[in-house]
Amino acid sequence: MLEHYLSLATKAIFVENMALAFFLGMCSFLAISRKVETAFGMGLAVVFVLAVTCPLNQYLNDHFLEPDALAWLPGAEGVDLSFLTFLVFIGTIAATVQIVEMVIDRFSPGLYGSLGVFLPLIAVNCSILGGSLFMAQRDYTLGEATVFGAGSGAGFALAIVALAAIRERLRYSNVPAPLRGLGITFIVVGLMSLGFMSFSGIQL
Amino acid sequence: MNKKVRQTLLDPLFDNNPIGLQVLGICSALAVTTKMETALVMSVAVTFVLATSSTAVSVLRNRIPSSIRIITQLTIIASMVIVTDQILRAYVYEISLQLSVFVGLIITNCIVMGRAEAFAMQNPPGLTFVDAVGNAAGYGIVLMFVGFLRELLGTGRLFGVTLLTPVNEGGWYVPNGLMVLAPAAFLLIGCFIWIVRSWKPEQVEEEFHVGALPEPGDEGHLR
Repeated sequence: MLEHYLSLATKAIFVENMALAFFLGMCSFLAISRKVETAFGMGLAVVFVLAVTCPLNQYLNDHFLEPDALAWLPGAEGVDLSFLTFLVFIGTIAATVQIVEMVIDRFSPGLYGSLGVFLPLIAVNCSILGGSLFMAQRDYTLGEATVFGAGSGAGFALAIVALAAIRERLRYSNVPAPLRGLGITFIVVGLMSLGFMSFSGIQL
Repeated sequence: MNKKVRQTLLDPLFDNNPIGLQVLGICSALAVTTKMETALVMSVAVTFVLATSSTAVSVLRNRIPSSIRIITQLTIIASMVIVTDQILRAYVYEISLQLSVFVGLIITNCIVMGRAEAFAMQNPPGLTFVDAVGNAAGYGIVLMFVGFLRELLGTGRLFGVTLLTPVNEGGWYVPNGLMVLAPAAFLLIGCFIWIVRSWKPEQVEEEFHVGALPEPGDEGHLR
């Protein structure tokens, strides 16, 4: 059982890396990767929010949204609410982010200082919604959803910190003018993604 | 067509391209471009969602309290995406399977949120509609460019029709396997930006660390 979770986590971090294999969360990936420090804060916030919202959405999906999921409610057998999936998922995510922000603000001002600015941005980060949608598509259980959420968050954090480190170095190099900034970043990410492809042969 | 409307429509194509300059909506631009067919369907879906949701936000702009505007916009966008998803499943089921989660991810596509926040909240519905169509077209151009190169070089086909007969079917063309893989999309968009900025030098970012990319905390169009 433990082995199963471990392989799921490894797969989520390396083989199916959110940012480099599925291109999710690209906007913040490119925009907040100029300094290692802020990239680290962003990565941490993503891990946190993904690990919370994935199991939450799994529960809602399992007990309310899937075809025939409302069978526990008398008189609601055979009801199919799956067309509401997007609305429920994004609502859960936006609400969770809001609550997480308030809780962190109340109990840990230090952490709020470092994560605070990123939390509102995360509500609309594709990797969070993407995590929930993949989870629903693959029919994960509650435990699997938690591991998958935390794992893909960690993969995103790893990628964004690595990219930030490369970009800090790149600042000292003489890049052709039209490529400066966004252009060269895309090419760097492409090369990183090429590197991550070496994991793709791994069967777990 | 008066000048302002024309400018709103044409600016996002190259001068202020959502992907090349505003850094919006990159996730889906990369993921669905292995084939022209999916890229085209995705562009149409984004155009529909962007045009309807921006117009709806613009109509309601004086009634949305600013403290809950994000969640209101998300709800409007999510409803439009649900409609799109149901239509795609009903009429082009095969393609909707290939697009998998990326139709749902239009909700968090930064272009839709970004235009709702930056343009629709301040402008009347008519102009907003024009702006939405323009931005969707700018997004579509990049998608088509990347999809064209990836499908042609990667498999020798366009829209599923074989143009360059590959070696394993008795032809002469050796498909470039890299093109259908993830990294190629990044490299091609990098090249697209290179071409556009060589053509329009005013878009060049002067210093490496300042430029079109916003600072963290600048909520304007960071999604």
